[in-house]
Amino acid sequence: MLDSRPSDYMLNVEGLTVSFDGFKAVDDLSFYVDEEEIRVIIGPNGAGKTTVLDLICGRTRASAGQVWFRDQELTRLKEHEIVRTGVGRKFQNPTIYEDLTVFENLEISYPSGRTVFGALGFKKTRAVIDRIEEIAETIFLADCLHHVSGALSHGQKQWLEIGMLLIQDPALLMLDEPVAGMSPSERIRTAELLQTITRGRSVLVIEHDMAFVENIAHRVTVLHQGRILAEGSMDKIKSDPRVVEVYLGH
Amino acid sequence: MSSPTSRAFATRGEILAFATLAVLLLAVLPASMEIFRLNLFGKYLTYAFVAIGLVLCWGYGGILSLGQGVFFGLGGYCLAMFLKLEASDPEATKIQSTPGIPDFMDWNQLTELPWFWVPFESLGFALVAVVLVPTLFAGLIAFAMFKRRVGGVYFAIITQSIAAILTILIIGQQGLTGGVNGITDLRTLKGWDIRTDEAKLVLYYVNAFLLLGALVFCHWVLGTKFGRILVAMRTREDRVRFSGYDVASFKIFVFCLAAALSAIGGAMFTLQVGFMSPSFVGIVPSIEMVIFAAVGGRLSLLGAVYGTLLVNWAKTTFSETMPELWLLAMGGLFIAVVLFFPNGLAGLWQSFRQPLMHAIRRHAPAGSVVADAAPEGGTR
Ligand SMILES: Nc1ncnc2c1ncn2[C@@H]1O[C@H](COP(=O)(O)OP(=O)(O)OP(=O)(O)O)[C@@H](O)[C@H]1O
Ligand SMILES: [Mg+2]
Repeated sequence: MLDSRPSDYMLNVEGLTVSFDGFKAVDDLSFYVDEEEIRVIIGPNGAGKTTVLDLICGRTRASAGQVWFRDQELTRLKEHEIVRTGVGRKFQNPTIYEDLTVFENLEISYPSGRTVFGALGFKKTRAVIDRIEEIAETIFLADCLHHVSGALSHGQKQWLEIGMLLIQDPALLMLDEPVAGMSPSERIRTAELLQTITRGRSVLVIEHDMAFVENIAHRVTVLHQGRILAEGSMDKIKSDPRVVEVYLGH
Repeated sequence: MSSPTSRAFATRGEILAFATLAVLLLAVLPASMEIFRLNLFGKYLTYAFVAIGLVLCWGYGGILSLGQGVFFGLGGYCLAMFLKLEASDPEATKIQSTPGIPDFMDWNQLTELPWFWVPFESLGFALVAVVLVPTLFAGLIAFAMFKRRVGGVYFAIITQSIAAILTILIIGQQGLTGGVNGITDLRTLKGWDIRTDEAKLVLYYVNAFLLLGALVFCHWVLGTKFGRILVAMRTREDRVRFSGYDVASFKIFVFCLAAALSAIGGAMFTLQVGFMSPSFVGIVPSIEMVIFAAVGGRLSLLGAVYGTLLVNWAKTTFSETMPELWLLAMGGLFIAVVLFFPNGLAGLWQSFRQPLMHAIRRHAPAGSVVADAAPEGGTR
């Protein structure tokens, strides 16, 4: 077995490839994320950013390559098994349970009672309720705990989805365009939110808003046509002529 | 205050609604009609088991099955097999060429009881089989489909095909199953004659209590986190996966539960009506059962019971006077409900009741208006 996992990285993506009918959306991609690192992936539309997250969280099956998360290889696991190893994923469009209240959304995301009989016997103990209220406070939704979540604003839905991940306490948090569609003031609050919730975990963020990226990124990976164009600090990326040409120049 | 922390098993309104149904089933109906009609309503109520199963599986879980007749039928057949064997003792069948086997087997030149009939000589086995056979069969179908992520319309079509196949199989294997006539001429249960008026009354009550028990059980299920996951699955299956749940196992469970409920209904049908036949297994009865749930309101357990009673009562009334129009009327009813009243009778009742409640609340201290306005909370 080819087990070449460098032990000091939390996430270790090795030669990851996927092709859709011959079109390689992600092509022999390798990158490494440290413990407690905030990594931002940028790149033009269709570069394959979302597909990379899909591959890591098991939504799309890789054609080749491996994803090591600590000591587990993820490409062979099912979605819910990957979640249980400690990987949380936020989708590009807010993906919440619109028929349920904010409280119920968070309750479902609470990481216990995940089997059929576990869910039937699940008790809303004080600890569970406290945790839900604490998360609601963090994501600025404490006042609308019992509102049906379908009625929230777009920005609030984005926060709720972040809260749903947060309550799982994942070691790796993957966020696909968390500030898309938000007002300027919501963006500022979201940046603050990310500062607090990223402590103690690694974060993989896809974002187009460069001001936001500068604000949070430790390192940046630039993706272009399924391959890495450049990688490094924000300053280095901004001065890279190839990056300016394919992405930042627009 | 009804914050979710202190949320009781049922709200006052829910208890009242349940008590109303209980009084209707246990007192009003038996007191207001002669045994022939009551037996007819008892028969309708056996379909209500299927309808409340569909509320869980289709209304909440989003899994539309057009083959619930399969499980209703299998449950009914399991009990019919026991009753038929009891009715076929050598004394009663001594004019046959092979006494001691069911009459239809004798007509089909069978000289020995088929192996899978033998265990049905035991009532205990038959009762366990009533629930277990349909549930395991449902589990098998669900496992094969949901692990492969077959869902939606495809699943509905597959369940419908299974209903068609099973009907053909039963009709084709006349010697083993009684064929198109089904298993008829059932008489006694452990020596107790089930055809008498008194027995019919007792069976009506057994059925009513079982149904009320099933309603309480389903209400409990919907109140747990499992119930909320069903709703979540219906709208955002992907998100449920990425919240760490194995979606397939939840679907398998709820489909099996709906099958088990249908099976109990089927067994009660056999007891009250005195026979079971393939005409309760196939596509048409299966679709009718979906209509019962849709008319009553697919998000309302109690609504499904009323829907079943109402549609069946209408069917009996109209098909006596204008049988050829009934199927058309039924189809029209279904389309009307789907287009204009997606939440059925229960939804209509809610929209009528809500302004009334608001008027009452204006005079009472502010309560849990927000939680009550939730589309799921109110109609359960
Ligand atoms: N399931 C799929 N089947 C076929 N093609 C796909 C599939 N998923 C993604 N693609 C294609 O792969 C490419 C990369 O898509 P992806 O969504 O990863 O881009 P992105 O970088 O996230 O873009 P954006 O910035 O617009 O979100 C696109 O050309 C897309 O059409
Ligand atoms: Mg994308």
